[in-house]
Amino acid sequence: MVPVDYYIILSAILFTIGALGVLVRRNPLIIFMSIELMLNAANLAFVAFASVIQSFSGQIFVFFVIAVAAAEVAVGLALIVEIFKTKHNINVDEMNSLKG
Amino acid sequence: MSVDLILFLILALVAIATALGMLFSRHAVYSAIFLVLNFVTVAVFYILLGAPFIAMSQVTVYAGAIMVLFLFVIMLLGAQDLPPSQALPWQRPLAGILALILTAESVYILTVRARPDGLVTQPAASVNTMDSLRAMATMLFNQYLFPFEVTSILLLVAMVGAIVLTKREKGEQG
Repeated sequence: MVPVDYYIILSAILFTIGALGVLVRRNPLIIFMSIELMLNAANLAFVAFASVIQSFSGQIFVFFVIAVAAAEVAVGLALIVEIFKTKHNINVDEMNSLKG
Repeated sequence: MSVDLILFLILALVAIATALGMLFSRHAVYSAIFLVLNFVTVAVFYILLGAPFIAMSQVTVYAGAIMVLFLFVIMLLGAQDLPPSQALPWQRPLAGILALILTAESVYILTVRARPDGLVTQPAASVNTMDSLRAMATMLFNQYLFPFEVTSILLLVAMVGAIVLTKREKGEQG
């Protein structure tokens, strides 16, 4: 049996890699993927703790998180496409004005 | 060392390596492919933890739908390689140091402080997949029925939002 601590440590490492991606990358698509990685790490911790306390609530929460992530990606990518159409550039350093 | 532990360690290495590969790939398409591999690895972890339904949703929704959407947008935008930013040269090392601190802190807090009382090893995963699936479905459609319906409205709103955002106005040249 794998101790559940190992899953939690792996989840923390994956979350940190995602946070690092948000901090160091300049491409909004990669930043988005890093956010997905962080959501995934949180999901892994949810399922790991749910398996310890023998409850399905954790798994159901993960199901909802997956649905919310899908909605978030659809709207976020639509925003990125729209920004690209107006600025012809997707570097996040260039996105410094609220007016299009 | 049990078979489970060896399997876990190998998969954990793959998961961390693909996450780092996603982070450091110069090309956005490579990042997306690395992330697909990472999602599939996490799906295997879900199966090891006795959550087969979540594992399958992970593969279909994350590795399937979401990453296909990502690849569509990457191809739409031309997958340009952005040059490294010159704006804040101290940002990268600082981010690395802060990330190390965050890892150490979250590992400490999650494994020492937030651990459920006395339970450190994971109990045997449910042997019968159908039973656990049936129990989960019963819970989802009874106790969590309202959040489930709210999720459907959320997905509808996201769909309408994405269409409105990308739709061209009538008469607009683009």
